[in-house]
Amino acid sequence: MIPAAFEYHRPSDIAGALSVLAEHGDDARVLAGGHSLIPMMKLRMADVPHLIDLQDIDVLKGIKIDGGTVTIGAMVTQHEIIVSDALFAAAPIMREAALQIADPQVRYMGTIGGNVANGDPGNDMPGLMQCLDASFVLEGADGTRTTKARDFYEAAYMTERDDEEILTHIVFDATTAGYAYEKQKRKIGDYATAACAALITKDGDTVASASISMTNLSDVPVFSEAANAALVGTTCDAAAVKAAVAAALEDIDPTEDNRGPVEFKMHVAGIIIARAIERAWSRA
Amino acid sequence: MTKQIIKLTVNGEEQEVLAEPRELLIYVLREKMGMKGPHVGCETSHCGACTVEMDGKSVKSCTMFAAQAQGAEITTIEGLGTPDNLHVLQENFKEHHGLQCGYCTPGMITRAHRLLQENPNPTEEEVRFGIAGNICRCTGYQNIVKSILSAAAELNAAKEAAQ
Repeated sequence: MIPAAFEYHRPSDIAGALSVLAEHGDDARVLAGGHSLIPMMKLRMADVPHLIDLQDIDVLKGIKIDGGTVTIGAMVTQHEIIVSDALFAAAPIMREAALQIADPQVRYMGTIGGNVANGDPGNDMPGLMQCLDASFVLEGADGTRTTKARDFYEAAYMTERDDEEILTHIVFDATTAGYAYEKQKRKIGDYATAACAALITKDGDTVASASISMTNLSDVPVFSEAANAALVGTTCDAAAVKAAVAAALEDIDPTEDNRGPVEFKMHVAGIIIARAIERAWSRA
Repeated sequence: MTKQIIKLTVNGEEQEVLAEPRELLIYVLREKMGMKGPHVGCETSHCGACTVEMDGKSVKSCTMFAAQAQGAEITTIEGLGTPDNLHVLQENFKEHHGLQCGYCTPGMITRAHRLLQENPNPTEEEVRFGIAGNICRCTGYQNIVKSILSAAAELNAAKEAAQ
């Protein structure tokens, strides 16, 4: 409950934050909503001699939708995602997923940037970002670079972000595809036993495109090209869904924990993936 | 580590205290500002007993450093009503037996207060989802839901009468 002592920094711009990161290296961490980092600090599982609070940096705030491109500042909260009608119109899957994350209080504070940068496979947004084929904008001493969500996750808590970089924005194309975020969890606020994001577009009676990704079923989020391929061109009938589920299950690698043994998680994943596909198709 | 002056407006009153950066808002409120209504029920940010309203948000004050709240306006249960002048929510929790040990109640009512500002006429399901960040060990929630729905009806009736 009692975090170790630290120095608190509250820069008003990115340059200020980067300079603290540059000066203190591994000893410094950025603080966004604080709802993963502070709990870890309270358990003394995270040692952070220098904490850099990003809340005064305006460029990290706000949701912009411009010409079919959605840009979300890293400090945008889950609550802001849920209440944004413009974002709902541009990518309704965002609200559906955010409503399944944590609880009201956590959603007022927890940010999308923290969710995607945290690197915990339990977080829901990383899989969703892979489903949306989002890009992450990273800013460091050498300037700005962009990386794909589908390339960002290396292992649990290991991402492509360098310690001295800040994830500033998330960018993806608006989508009117049929959508679903299905999540099996033990209770409100729990990380998924299995979750699946699905986006499906229709051409006549057949699947024109499909994007399927999964949460907490490996040490990283999993985007399944094979599942997508199994759906495209089909009428999304029972056989196609079954084939897509089988393909998706080939791509995951869950581990046993108190949410259940591997066999159970594979079973749950199969049901959740099928539900996500069927619901996305029903909305396509 | 360097202490800093933390200024907060708590229940309409400006307060200033000296705090280390690592001091959590819940402790500053309880130990330094005298607001003992918000409670600590866990160390993993689940229970919501420490819920206060901060700048129009329901926050778990155990998961925020006081330094982050610098300059904020905070409402705790003490700011909603007093024993002689209960808030509608407090009155309804009493009326509908929405509390037993009372430990979750300050966080629960503070959360319900915010919920009704955002959704003045919630369904039962919306109330249950809206207080999902607050755990209660005693009531089984049923009477809490009744209390909140009844408070909402009362507030809406008062609003209509005023129009």
